Amino acid sequence: MSDDALTRLLHDTAERVLADHCDRQVLAAAEEGAWPEPLWRALEESGLTLALAPEAAGGAGLSVGDALGLVGAAARHAAPVPFGETVFATWLLLGAGMATAPGPMTVAPVMRGDRLVLERAGGGWRLTGTARRVPWARHAARVVLLAEAAEDGGRPMLVVVPRGTAGEVRHGANLAMEPRDDVRFDGTVLPAEAAVAPAGVGPAAMRAFGAALRIVQIAGALARALELCVAYAQQRVQFGRPIGRFQAVQQNLAALASEAAAAAAAAGLAAEAAGAGCDPLAIGAAKGRAAEAASTGAAIAHQVHGAIGFTWEYALNFSTRRLWSWRDEFGNEAEWYPQLGAAMAAAAAEDRLWSAISGIGMAASPSPQGSR
Amino acid sequence: MDALRFAPPPISAEAETLRQEVRAFLREELGTGPRPRDRSGTLGGFSPAFSRRLGARGWLGMTWPKRYGGHERSYLERYVVLEELLAAHAPINAHNVADRQSGPLLLRFGTEEQRQAVLPRIAAGECYFCIGMSEPDAGSDLAGVRTRAVPVPGGGWRVNGTKIWTSYAERCHYMILFCRTGERTEQDRHAGFTQFLVDMKTPGIRINPIRNIAGDRNFNEVVFEDVHLPDSAVIGTPGNAWRQLTSELALERSGPDRFLAAFKLFVTLARAVGRGEPSERAAMALGRHAANMVVLRRMSRSVAGMLQAGEDPVVQGAMVKDLGTTLEQGLPDVVRQLLAVEPDLDSDEEIASAIAEIILHAPSFSIRGGTREILRNGIARGLGLR
Repeated sequence: MSDDALTRLLHDTAERVLADHCDRQVLAAAEEGAWPEPLWRALEESGLTLALAPEAAGGAGLSVGDALGLVGAAARHAAPVPFGETVFATWLLLGAGMATAPGPMTVAPVMRGDRLVLERAGGGWRLTGTARRVPWARHAARVVLLAEAAEDGGRPMLVVVPRGTAGEVRHGANLAMEPRDDVRFDGTVLPAEAAVAPAGVGPAAMRAFGAALRIVQIAGALARALELCVAYAQQRVQFGRPIGRFQAVQQNLAALASEAAAAAAAAGLAAEAAGAGCDPLAIGAAKGRAAEAASTGAAIAHQVHGAIGFTWEYALNFSTRRLWSWRDEFGNEAEWYPQLGAAMAAAAAEDRLWSAISGIGMAASPSPQGSR
Repeated sequence: MDALRFAPPPISAEAETLRQEVRAFLREELGTGPRPRDRSGTLGGFSPAFSRRLGARGWLGMTWPKRYGGHERSYLERYVVLEELLAAHAPINAHNVADRQSGPLLLRFGTEEQRQAVLPRIAAGECYFCIGMSEPDAGSDLAGVRTRAVPVPGGGWRVNGTKIWTSYAERCHYMILFCRTGERTEQDRHAGFTQFLVDMKTPGIRINPIRNIAGDRNFNEVVFEDVHLPDSAVIGTPGNAWRQLTSELALERSGPDRFLAAFKLFVTLARAVGRGEPSERAAMALGRHAANMVVLRRMSRSVAGMLQAGEDPVVQGAMVKDLGTTLEQGLPDVVRQLLAVEPDLDSDEEIASAIAEIILHAPSFSIRGGTREILRNGIARGLGLR
């Protein structure tokens, strides 16, 4: 099967699985703390969770960009599982030459300033530190994390921690009630093979990849919000006609459509960059722009829906509460824009601002893994 | 919602090689540092000499067949040349309308005689076009145009009416005139329009300059008084012009001109705050604008790729223009919140004259080529709401 055909097949499969398993009951139950095992099992059994893994390891061998496309599809359905985080963890494992395995995974740390320290202990390792707001930690079979090697000048080490090994998991959540748990490692003892020095993946690439994940998710959730808005505007009658016939509503929906298109373009940019070295300028530009689209888009979506959109009963909030969370996770405008702006100012001082802007997202190197 | 799909922009090694050639050419032509403002009017400037040099390099009529003086290159390559010209603030206004929309219109709908007569000269950078759409009583509602061409016994047409907001009418060789030749029908309010290729030297055409708020002298009213046009001036099928116009407008709207009009001000701002380390606040603002540009560029390159694939990305073009003009209209306020500057067109201080120029031109960004409201109507139509 050609790569394109395989990608299309997986995409169609994903759409089917997600449509079957992400109805309102599933979303609501997940917010109350239930783990949607049928959804996860269906994703796993159709090969989607290992999309990134090579065929030899039982995966589909998809490119990073195509795998992120599947993450976007899951976000459009607000799938309440760590599908994106599992793709992220798989990417880290592959980059470090470590084995992949089934089961939900997550990554840590995700908050700036969180430090995890790895020390040698006997034939193995001892892990210490707290990682805050780790996505889905309570449900993860494995946490793939980046720690600093205490005896090796703080050099980054990739560590795989199986469920039950962490000292303490304190439950938390984002606005969409997706788990964001604090995980404390209190001298956790791990075997030697649990940690390796990854080739080329450090904290910067990890942060950028996480941002790329949230960007494609924002694009998916905004696409869903737009679909809901258009359907509602055609159906809801006021003053004797569907509200979608009023020009004021149409103008707002056109603006929402443009924001959704901008988010989709940002997602394309981020997916390409994540597959080619995780350039922080490209991914940072995309994260900031996607976050702006999330803000503007969610506001319009609610305005168009009126009071019904403000209820938990109606589906819109499952998308918008995710948008309001994902726009800040792995860095919002306050984190990414100044980095990009400083690079632009430096370029302008050398009379090469245009060359700098037009080069962003264009230097796609063919390497499938991060190089930072 | 397939009408809203943006295809991933194609990657073209040829186009990137070409980009380096264009940059080298522009460095030679324009230098690198700041340049004095072109006082001839409208952003960018009008320079027949520059247009001819571009033509000589093969960078006009790039996608057209060689038999009409074109170069049979891709839309993506054309896109690259255009955005490099815009980013360098090159004086492209002489040839731009002809290259962007009039030439392609003639290529698609014109007679063989019209193509032979005009296209090679456009591609050579010698032949310039103005747009004959708006009228005093027909702007956004173009179906309301009243300029009328009546068949004359013995051959040809007699035209009477007034066109307005015609940039560079006084310096262009031709106008594509959109006017009424028949009546609208019950079923079709867009029936009865015809486009003509009008030689601007034809007797009976009077050009009255209109001064715009930026003080430019290239804005005009064009009055037709018993102007006689030959039958050979008809473009396409009489009565069919509405459909022809739609594809012309798509070309007018979708390009990088819609988010690179104020780029010179952004460059000036970045230079002004970038001496040494920019403050966090300045870096934030620069980053935001650059990020928006990067994403708009991707959308615009996607439109170029879709044109190349023979698609008709009308709604996508409207989105690029709406987002692009909104971004650029916000730029003067970005500058004002970072720098203490008083706008002055004639100031020796670069930032003062650059911001003055954009403040005074910015209102036109979301009006020319289709108002924001008209574009959003088109997007809403793409959503199935109209």
